[in-house]
Amino acid sequence: MDLTLHVWRQKGPQDKGKLETYQAKDVSPDMSFLEMLDEVNDGLIKSGKDPIAFDHDCREGICGMCSQVINGRPHGKQEKTTVCQLHMRQYNDGDEIFIEPWRAKAFPVQKDLIVDRSALDVIMQAGGYVSCHTGGVDDANAMLIPKPIADYAMDAAECIGCGACIAACPNSSAMLFTGAKVAQLAALPQGKPEAKKRVKAMTEALLEEGFGNCTNHYECEAACPKGISVKFIAKLNREYLKSLLPSSTGV
Amino acid sequence: MNLFKSTVGRKILMAVTGLCLVGFISVHLLGNLSVFAGPDGINAYAEHLHSLGPLVWIFRLIMLGLFAVHITFGVQLYLENKAATPDNYAVQKTLVTTFSAKTMVFTGLIVLAFLLYHLLHFTVQITNPDISAHNIALDAANRLDVFTMVTASFQNAFIAGIYIVAMIALLLHLMHGISSWVQTFGWSSGPSQDKVTAIGKIVAIVYGLAYIAIPLLLLARIVK
Repeated sequence: MDLTLHVWRQKGPQDKGKLETYQAKDVSPDMSFLEMLDEVNDGLIKSGKDPIAFDHDCREGICGMCSQVINGRPHGKQEKTTVCQLHMRQYNDGDEIFIEPWRAKAFPVQKDLIVDRSALDVIMQAGGYVSCHTGGVDDANAMLIPKPIADYAMDAAECIGCGACIAACPNSSAMLFTGAKVAQLAALPQGKPEAKKRVKAMTEALLEEGFGNCTNHYECEAACPKGISVKFIAKLNREYLKSLLPSSTGV
Repeated sequence: MNLFKSTVGRKILMAVTGLCLVGFISVHLLGNLSVFAGPDGINAYAEHLHSLGPLVWIFRLIMLGLFAVHITFGVQLYLENKAATPDNYAVQKTLVTTFSAKTMVFTGLIVLAFLLYHLLHFTVQITNPDISAHNIALDAANRLDVFTMVTASFQNAFIAGIYIVAMIALLLHLMHGISSWVQTFGWSSGPSQDKVTAIGKIVAIVYGLAYIAIPLLLLARIVK
């Protein structure tokens, strides 16, 4: 199939950037979207032009690097899919495809389709960890965790930190990302001792990094390649409310 | 970071004040519907409210506080969210969000503008002095004739139009607002979310239609 691509080209963080049009010829329906871009880049390199810069790593759907909004949807039109797992059979001959980077104040564009997502790391550094457990590795099942709780935590832990939730959010809020981390740790015995401190620190970091506030649009859940539920945002809200209550231990 | 600065803290404040305001419009709606019971309905209701004396003023101050918090943080959050989203996509699409969710700040400000007009119209009574209850004759039971003021007002297409437009804005505001607090308080859990949203929308539509019915039925002279 032949496609017309409108791709965001931006030389660097300070450049204004604009959409440029490219023709992708003889695209195989079996190619992934990234492989299709590889082919286009091959052509650009051969003709002496600067290839389209885009982030990618594992190409197995779990690294979360491919920060592309395709025709207005983060990671393209297929639900619960990253760009490497999106295949060209989803498109028809003659389609026009707009490819843009994540757009949010907290995610500055570095080049073309590459954005800097380190603001998510800052949120993690604020409290997305457990610091109370040291020593050797425990025996398996030494700490008993009920299956439903383990499943709940795993559902939250599925987040790959790709930023699609922020790209989809009309407010550029990182609440689904933060909610997934807060919920995952708050549900487990290892994370409970620091739950109060964590929810406050992580939500503060979220604002300081320039993300917006959550107003319950639920676009994030719909755009998430891992199908993370907004119930984890509800859990974050509940954890925050709990953190307001006075504590007998002072923790 | 305290409650008034935190992103979740302010979200909770929006939900708590919003919920109180929904409580207010529930009581207000029941009071308003007494207009359909004729002069004895709404005039007696108004007389009863006025007889509460200082309680009325305490209530008004509480309402002022609720509105101040809800509006201040609503506008502040909107501005912050705008600043967090400086660039639009060339292809702008939304997946599940609603028109009412996207327009909360605008429908809210329309309701605020309406509120000011509404207070000048029926409480201070300076917009239409010729038909204000303070200037027209008392009713048969020697009460302020609120019924005549209301019916005369809404038989005026311009006034009824303002009320109907404002109540449509309120309906849209409630469509997102009524169910939103359940999520904000952290009470929703995956499967219950859709039901909560659906119930919120139904309640919003009932409230909206009931509020719209008053000026509309009086304007159409279906109720006299």
